[in-house]
Amino acid sequence: MEISADIISLVSATLRISTPLVFAAMAGLFAERSGVIDFGLEGKMLAAAFVAASGAHIFGSEWYGLGLAIVCCVALSMLHGFASVTHKGDQVVSCVAINILMIGLTTALAAAWFGQQGLTPTLTDDRRFFEITLPFADAVSGVPLLGPIYSEIISGHYIFVYIAYIFVPCVYWVVFKTRFGLRLRAVGENPSAVDTAGISVELMRYKALAVNGVLVAFAGAYLSTAINANFFREMSAGRGYLALAALIFGKWHPKTALIACLLFGFADALQIRLQGVPIPGIGLIPVQFIQAIPYVLTVVLLAGFVGKAIAPGAIGQPYIKER
Amino acid sequence: MKKLIGILSLSLVLLFSLNVYAAKVAVIYDSGGKFDKSFNESAYNAAEKFKADTGHDYMDFEAANNAQIEQGLRKLVDRGANVIVAMGFAMADAVAAVAAESPDVNFTIVDVNWLQGDNLQQIVFKEHEGSFLVGMIAAMKSQTGTVGFVGGMDIPLIRKFHGGYEQGAKYVNPNINVLMNMTGTTPEAWNNPTKGAELTKAQIDKGADVVYQAAGGTGIGVLQAAADAGIFGIGVDANQNYMHPGSVLTSMLKRVDVAVYNAFKTTVDGNYETGVFTLGLAEDGVGWALDEHNESLISDEMKSKVEQAKKDIISGKIVVADASAQ
Repeated sequence: MEISADIISLVSATLRISTPLVFAAMAGLFAERSGVIDFGLEGKMLAAAFVAASGAHIFGSEWYGLGLAIVCCVALSMLHGFASVTHKGDQVVSCVAINILMIGLTTALAAAWFGQQGLTPTLTDDRRFFEITLPFADAVSGVPLLGPIYSEIISGHYIFVYIAYIFVPCVYWVVFKTRFGLRLRAVGENPSAVDTAGISVELMRYKALAVNGVLVAFAGAYLSTAINANFFREMSAGRGYLALAALIFGKWHPKTALIACLLFGFADALQIRLQGVPIPGIGLIPVQFIQAIPYVLTVVLLAGFVGKAIAPGAIGQPYIKER
Repeated sequence: MKKLIGILSLSLVLLFSLNVYAAKVAVIYDSGGKFDKSFNESAYNAAEKFKADTGHDYMDFEAANNAQIEQGLRKLVDRGANVIVAMGFAMADAVAAVAAESPDVNFTIVDVNWLQGDNLQQIVFKEHEGSFLVGMIAAMKSQTGTVGFVGGMDIPLIRKFHGGYEQGAKYVNPNINVLMNMTGTTPEAWNNPTKGAELTKAQIDKGADVVYQAAGGTGIGVLQAAADAGIFGIGVDANQNYMHPGSVLTSMLKRVDVAVYNAFKTTVDGNYETGVFTLGLAEDGVGWALDEHNESLISDEMKSKVEQAKKDIISGKIVVADASAQ
């Protein structure tokens, strides 16, 4: 059986487009399951993209860039924690502050360091990530059905794509099968019970935010050191918000959040491929309608199929020991 | 403390009195940002060149979003600008409003020709003519018979680039397949290089081996994806050949820099003219870029054909339709 080139390209694009969403959604899952709203994924992703691109440029290796992006995002998560966990500030306000701060700061620092407002120098080939061809990809490409699936769809992506999809079962395991995960969920549902059991609510939330920072850093680094070879101002382009939507859409569960991310990615990939292509029997559809597909799909699915999304019980509430 | 304030105010007075007789020129960039390697950067470079040539300083303002434009214009007027160059169609309403309030200040606006006012210099380009030439180059270079176009925000101006490009490609090869994608319908479409790269990959999957971008910052992702995939990209507005030597086939030049430079220079020289100016191939307002980065990609035959077409367009033998006027 032949798989048409269109389908291969569509599936492969879906995986690529969904990758930053998957990282950010998994990052958000840790924070929100622990009871801390993370609206700041957008700002952290942007910061990671900037730090990864400038780090890779200055230190001469894409891995330094990624490492620094992780450090930076964990620091921002800690800042969010300091404001909203330690000082019990409003979590949404703290997130919005991070988002706005990062839009301005990345642009300003790019201007100060590289003399280019909102742009970092283009990374040379030895300082960025490239697509990986998996072993035997060429050898098996002749095998019917499975050959093209392996060599065209599974092989030939950036390392981030593989890491993202490997992370999802790991996140599931950590959140649902480990003691850490049990405590994490408990902190988000009923912090006073956790406190009664002698576990520090604040420490748990800080730990969750640390994991959150690590994960979201991958999303940013993917944008600026793999797909692109430089940072461009506001290049996260709403992906952080989209990931948060996917998380809510997926009811704060890794499996369904992954499906939601893939759905957004698929809708976008489909939208790109339908532009300017006449549909049999209908003719050419104006580009505005095609570009509305992802949003229409979201609304229809959200209203019709997903049902009620129930947030973790204690989300958005700072924990206060004595009332 | 009193002494300090005294010194400060004295130095301020001195600072202002020194500048009071010099003409003040200003430029305001749109949401693509000063360093978009394209439209706004051309204006910035022209302003820098003006400063180097004449020794006159200039003022500038970067509008991070459309809501800041009017505020930015007012600020420049308050700071005493004699001429303000506004970059882009998104500034039209704000310029119309502020220009009406400040009759002593001249405004030059690029990509706009529909405003009314005695203190306005409106400059538009025949982007379709320049795009026609790069479309020809794309069609001559393409091995697959498929070339692509990636636009930024879906507006008539960008349709104009696409229309000219398609006509040029078909002029060389009537059977050529020209793919077209728009990044979005909001101003964010100028700032999304990741989406630009994705659109380019989709076009490559459909067989395109030359992709032309008219997408501001998003276009940086287009050229990057083209270079990564080993196909050709075509730059826009500014000369972008240097960005990926060997991969950027050529750039469609839109001489925004000339417009900005002239607006500044004529203000200083006192012969600034208001009105609507349309710059095409004949006026050297648009063109295609050939330099050390792409000369190995352009054969002599391609070059002579393009130059011939340029002459024919100027003489009226070839008429390039303006897609935005339809």
